[in-house]
Amino acid sequence: MTFTPLDAAHRQSLLLAGGRIIDPVNGVDMAGDLLVADGRIHAVGTQLAAPAGAARIDLGGKWIVPGLIDMHVHLREPGEEYKETVASGTKAAAAGGFTAVAAMPNTKPVNDNQSVTALILAKAAAGYARVYPVGAISQGSRGENLAEYGEMRRAGVVALSDDGRPVTDSQLMRRALEYAGNHNLLVIAHSEELALSRHGAMNEGFLATRLGLIGIPRVAEEIAVYRDLALAEYTGRPIHIAHVSTSESVSLIRRAKAKGCRVTAETAPHYFSLTEDAIGLYDSRAKMNPPLRAVADLTAIKEGLRDGTLDAIATDHAPHSELEKDVEFDLAANGIIGLETALSLSLALVREGVIAPGRLVELLSANPARILGVAGGSLAVGSAADVTVIDPDREFVYGLDQVVSKSKNSPFLDRRLTGKAVLTVVDGRITYRDGI
Amino acid sequence: METEYRFTHRHIISLDDLSRQDIDYILRVADSFKEISERPIKKVPTLRGKTVINLFFEPSTRTRLSFEVAAKRLSADTFNIAPASSSTTKGETLVDTACNLAAMNPDIIIIRHSRSGSPRLLARHIKASVLNAGDGTNEHPSQALLDMMTVREKKGRIEGLKVAIIGDITHSRVAHSNIIGFTKMGAEVAVSGPATLLPMGIEKMGATVCSSVAEAVADADVVMALRIQKERQHDPLIPSLREYANFFGITPRTLAGAKPDALIMHPGPINRGVEMDPAVADGPRSVILEQVTNGVAVRMALLYLIMGGD
Ligand SMILES: [Zn+2]
Repeated sequence: MTFTPLDAAHRQSLLLAGGRIIDPVNGVDMAGDLLVADGRIHAVGTQLAAPAGAARIDLGGKWIVPGLIDMHVHLREPGEEYKETVASGTKAAAAGGFTAVAAMPNTKPVNDNQSVTALILAKAAAGYARVYPVGAISQGSRGENLAEYGEMRRAGVVALSDDGRPVTDSQLMRRALEYAGNHNLLVIAHSEELALSRHGAMNEGFLATRLGLIGIPRVAEEIAVYRDLALAEYTGRPIHIAHVSTSESVSLIRRAKAKGCRVTAETAPHYFSLTEDAIGLYDSRAKMNPPLRAVADLTAIKEGLRDGTLDAIATDHAPHSELEKDVEFDLAANGIIGLETALSLSLALVREGVIAPGRLVELLSANPARILGVAGGSLAVGSAADVTVIDPDREFVYGLDQVVSKSKNSPFLDRRLTGKAVLTVVDGRITYRDGI
Repeated sequence: METEYRFTHRHIISLDDLSRQDIDYILRVADSFKEISERPIKKVPTLRGKTVINLFFEPSTRTRLSFEVAAKRLSADTFNIAPASSSTTKGETLVDTACNLAAMNPDIIIIRHSRSGSPRLLARHIKASVLNAGDGTNEHPSQALLDMMTVREKKGRIEGLKVAIIGDITHSRVAHSNIIGFTKMGAEVAVSGPATLLPMGIEKMGATVCSSVAEAVADADVVMALRIQKERQHDPLIPSLREYANFFGITPRTLAGAKPDALIMHPGPINRGVEMDPAVADGPRSVILEQVTNGVAVRMALLYLIMGGD
């Protein structure tokens, strides 16, 4: 595996030859070649000739897709650089085939003003993927006053969220939706009714009872999803529901969409790959918020991804060190890393027949770009050359020594996974290359 | 079959880990150790040279003393450690403490901790045997074993009995271990209490959930009341102790539906007049003090067995 940061990689002319080009936005799924030049997609076709000086990479049928976009990650910088930095997090992103990530604002300090936004973007220039900062809904994510959306927008935030610190005050959430409209920013809701969930450590049910842990009832999510959908409908503003984990949340979103509400939603790979059983005997690597749920939820989430209720797969990449994880289960921090495993876990849905490859590209690239209103998600000629090459059959073991992220908190460690990114190109620059 | 059986557990963390045969064997070994406690010289050299550490993060006079007496009667060297606070992540973590203790090469660490699952965390980080003396709201295996020992002593069997457990099932590690243990040994366990204190899925642990105390107690051979923990503040669970006593306390009237010779048990310490009427706690059917005596015997058996028996 070789990595090159964006400030060291140069744009090159690149002929990706003999691939399967999957570009749902442009209705393309065909065998062919893709030519990158001057940081743009220069041509898409068959039997393209490599211009002088172009590097040619023969793909042998591997997939060429628009660069993957993870719309929900925690990069931990500024403030918790021992867990992850913009550099290490985007490096993990590149390894996972992501050309861009949206960075949640719960850093220290919180990204609730333009100077923090600017700092993150400055760091990103030497990273391995594009970074789209998400600004805080409220000052300090304390849930009291609106943050400075206008200034943050000018500094580069693409959306707003108090992720990790759910907005308890419904009036504040309503005002956030309204005021976000002035600056054309999307509100991303971490929907959680804290009164029900605050002390919980895992999904409520038999297993929590058996382990003597306080449960987080599914209604803690569903009540808040309902509230956030109702406020979005009432204000006529768009809303994006983050990390959907329960069957009823999927139903609520489906119903809201049927009514014509401007709602989009994401789920994370762990919610369609694992159930609460992964906790076993207090394995804190399977602890996150919302918690892993039951089989019926997992099934409903797959159906939501299939039928279009859920628009995106986002990792909620949440690095934590041993300090936060190798402790008593109920004291352990919530969250798992996900950038390096998301694609493999999503490809499993394709192999299971839940979704087609084109739908996978929508979920991991086209839809996140559309929802956030950022470039990418398409291989149209002339667009920026953010491209990912996927070997859908490559098998690998996600061992500890292989983890690129600075933190190792993954429940998928030592799992044999199938399918991975082998080439990641951002703005015509190769950030990551593995065995091709 | 009998001759082929061997007790092979190095840790005692959950009753789930023990088979029916294991439990049966522990109770029989405990019976034989009980005899030692009745001798004028209550000490045998069985664990001479072994180091036993009582690592109690939560205050507990009774359980700690019981384990200490058990270890001393087996001639082990015992040390009591009560780290200042376990409630915050400030200061030494459980893993740090474990590694420090491991450096002293103890043979057994007996742990009491306010967090469910902490004995598993400890066992992952040290070589010593780990004995769970109560972890959070999860389990309290030695208490369940002493309860089973007491019932078997008084009733001659466990299989086929009806055991009613009344009170705060959600937060009671004693209830959890007893439900697993008694059902594994073939008893029927009925639970009842305020619905706010009956955890989701408890029936999947083998308990029958009854909507009234009377229903749970009907024809019971054993009635066990659990301690109401007044300090649980973060949830509105019961309106008042008075209302609790009126509707869920074990009184002579509640017991009318139980078998005439039903045993009355309580893991202690009792809130007299709340979960149990003094007339019941001190009445002829109460075996609460026998529970304490048997506690030492069961803990001797556990210490002896996890050190490999003889
Ligand atoms: Zn969140």
